[in-house]
Amino acid sequence: MEKYAVFVPKLIAKRESFAPGHRACVGCGEALAVRQACKALGRDAIIVNATGCMEVIATPIPYTSWRLPWIHTLFENAAATASGVEAGLKAMVRKGKRPAKEIRVVAMAGDGGTSDIGLQALSGALERGHDFLYICFDNEAYMNTGIQRSSATPYGASTTTAPAGKLSIGQVTWKKNMPAIAAAHDIPYVATACPSYPFDLMAKVEKGVSTPGPAYIHILSVCPTGWRCAPDLTVRIGRLAVETGIFPLYEIENGKYKLTIDVPQLRPVRDYLKLQGRFRHLSEEKVLEIQNRVNVDYARLKEKVACSQKLNS
Amino acid sequence: MTQRVGIEVSRSIAIAVKLANVDVVSAYPITPQTHIVEDISELVANGELDASYIPVESEHSAMSACLGASAVGARTFTATAGQGLELMHEVLYVASFMRLPIVMAVADRALSAPISIWGDHSDVMAVRDTGWIQIFAANGQETFDNVLCAFRIAEDRRVLLPVMIHLDGFQLTHVIEPIYILESSEVDKFLPPHEYPLPLDPDRPITMGGLAPPNIYTETKKAQQVNLTAAKEVILQAWKEFGDIFGRYYSPVESYRCEGAKVILLAMGSFSETAMSAVDSMREEGKEVGLIKLCLWRPFPFAELRQAVKDADTLLVLDRALSFGGPGGPVASEIRSALYGLDKRPKVIGFVGGLGGRVISPSGFREIINRGIEISQAGSEQEFEMFGVRE
Amino acid sequence: MTKPGGELTWKDLEIGAVMTEPGNASQYQTGDWRTQRPVHEHSRCIKCGLCAIFCPEGCIEPNEEGFFEANLFYCKGCGICARECWTKAITMVEEE
Ligand SMILES: Cc1ncc(C[n+]2csc(CCOP(=O)(O)OP(=O)(O)O)c2C)c(N)n1
Ligand code: SF4
Ligand code: SF4
Ligand SMILES: [Mg+2]
Repeated sequence: MEKYAVFVPKLIAKRESFAPGHRACVGCGEALAVRQACKALGRDAIIVNATGCMEVIATPIPYTSWRLPWIHTLFENAAATASGVEAGLKAMVRKGKRPAKEIRVVAMAGDGGTSDIGLQALSGALERGHDFLYICFDNEAYMNTGIQRSSATPYGASTTTAPAGKLSIGQVTWKKNMPAIAAAHDIPYVATACPSYPFDLMAKVEKGVSTPGPAYIHILSVCPTGWRCAPDLTVRIGRLAVETGIFPLYEIENGKYKLTIDVPQLRPVRDYLKLQGRFRHLSEEKVLEIQNRVNVDYARLKEKVACSQKLNS
Repeated sequence: MTQRVGIEVSRSIAIAVKLANVDVVSAYPITPQTHIVEDISELVANGELDASYIPVESEHSAMSACLGASAVGARTFTATAGQGLELMHEVLYVASFMRLPIVMAVADRALSAPISIWGDHSDVMAVRDTGWIQIFAANGQETFDNVLCAFRIAEDRRVLLPVMIHLDGFQLTHVIEPIYILESSEVDKFLPPHEYPLPLDPDRPITMGGLAPPNIYTETKKAQQVNLTAAKEVILQAWKEFGDIFGRYYSPVESYRCEGAKVILLAMGSFSETAMSAVDSMREEGKEVGLIKLCLWRPFPFAELRQAVKDADTLLVLDRALSFGGPGGPVASEIRSALYGLDKRPKVIGFVGGLGGRVISPSGFREIINRGIEISQAGSEQEFEMFGVRE
Repeated sequence: MTKPGGELTWKDLEIGAVMTEPGNASQYQTGDWRTQRPVHEHSRCIKCGLCAIFCPEGCIEPNEEGFFEANLFYCKGCGICARECWTKAITMVEEE
């Protein structure tokens, strides 16, 4: 648990910009992540949302959960639409057509809308240097359309388009490293987060929106429906993802890596995998393969962190 | 003082965009649209136009960025052609439904495959039903004037719809024509500052682009249909006012030498200019032929069209696009259906030609008209004929 | 109260079907999805508010005395609050 995580009421904004009455599944980690992120955004923000669960569950006309100005247009273009919002605001302020108040522009999309169909638009927006925050809510599949695999689906997970079967373990590719792709654009701020660590998440969102230029935050969001896990385990599984090293929490500020939640001794990945139906079919051998991969990836990340520390000193 | 200058039509569009004092331009280059966006970039780079120019990585993003900019209330412009328009396709529907008054110049171009950078109307026809107002310009002056009119129409509170100004790729974009370029003080008389009624704004949070369940989707579409249809009145008003101020009047359907004409040819865009000289020469020979230039494509000007063809026996429609395996040209099909309910209506004969930059000369148009008369007299059953194709 | 979608005519819609009542989804009851309900035992509650920050519905709030309670109009009964409470002040009980 995070060290400050007691006496929440004093530490976080009361304002709920994402109103209850939304139709997310019971125990949805993505809705939880959106809710927490909004607490860090304050009221002077405009949200640009891609198609996906969060759009569908929060805005069935005539009901909206949003108390912030919010726009959804399509699936793959959240970053591009946000570019227009940002450029439009800038031009209008410059030309005296809008008061010179700072408005935070935030794009939100799922892992599909980010690492697959929306990757090009995102790359373009990051490269052009728009002053905005892009948040990817990664529930590791196309959940809105019924649990189809994405490039963010982890190795060995069973989904409806990469199902486990006699000849397949389900997903046969390793999860695309989206934060690294974002970081390769040399943007000032990249971070990973998880709503199981709300203070860490909110601090990163706050940092991301306050950073001039593009910022990218990748939030692991447990989806009980798609991961086939008990809804009350949403927060616990997110924590296990971090504690096993499967989803480390770090930030990359101006190219420098820092673990924000350091896990001195990683738990075995089995602890994480065994709670989820999507991994139920995996043999010991496959679990070991995943364990080895996590060990290597985590060691690499630690190296980058150590290297960044050296640069700092 | 308004000056008449010899200028490339693409460049005149950039000047119109500057005169409109656009806030955001978001575009991706594609021949034959490139000169438009290059010129705008230059105006921005030189400080002659105070706008944010977003050099996006695709047309899909170009139009998406326009959505965002327009949604915060910025005056927004883009331009594209052919493949670019196709890549924008799904975004176009969003712009119109969400009532975002974006203006776009389309340098109409053929569609791949095979790849062709040259002009025809395949791109336009593929986006016919996207809910945009669509105006065809036949020459440089019409292009320049209509870009300015487009902002006025799009941003009118009664309309709030995106507008496409179509101009033929190369055949219009790349030609130098004498064009009256307006002064900015004159433009300001015609084009008021843009104030979008429901922009994204933290002081008044709204939700744009929600999900429409089956119990409401039909109502949203009805609203859209009523809105686009009703826009015609505002378009007519804007054109009238433009004419009253600047002396150049536009209308949805323009008739040229149609008095007493039993045979009328209908064309769109720059080809209608060439067709005029064919009609002139045939008239000199005493043939009762006329020409109709269809300028407003959406909303479709049913009443004006019916009025314009009411005395004709034969209406020849030239399409620069082909509906494969279907009734031939999309324009001819529309016109047939627009006239079908009338008791007395001309026989509609379709021609498809001018594809992928193929020129139709004045004598070509004479051939089309003569061939049309022949088909009409022979009473042929065929839906259409391709013109100028080597057999 | 917002008129339900099924009662709106096309003329009732704002331009582009924009929604102008921020957060009016809060009129929508999600509590009836629930099969189990959280019961907060105040004697064990240390008023830390962790349950509130982990609730996906954002429906847990402190009462006048500062004890946290779920608003059952929205609570979907996921059980996260009970699972995450440090002092085990929350138990999930089956709905009838
Ligand atoms: C161009 C296009 N292709 C496909 C779809 C269908 N579609 C809508 S949402 C979605 C999946 C969304 O997945 P993700 O981005 O991961 O968000 P999630 O629903 O998981 O939160 C898909 C495939 C679409 N709306 N548009
Ligand atoms: S499918 Fe998953 S992400 Fe989507 S609403 Fe349900 S729990 Fe949330
Ligand atoms: S059971 Fe779930 S929805 Fe209900 S109050 Fe607890 S966390 Fe919120
Ligand atoms: Mg997803």
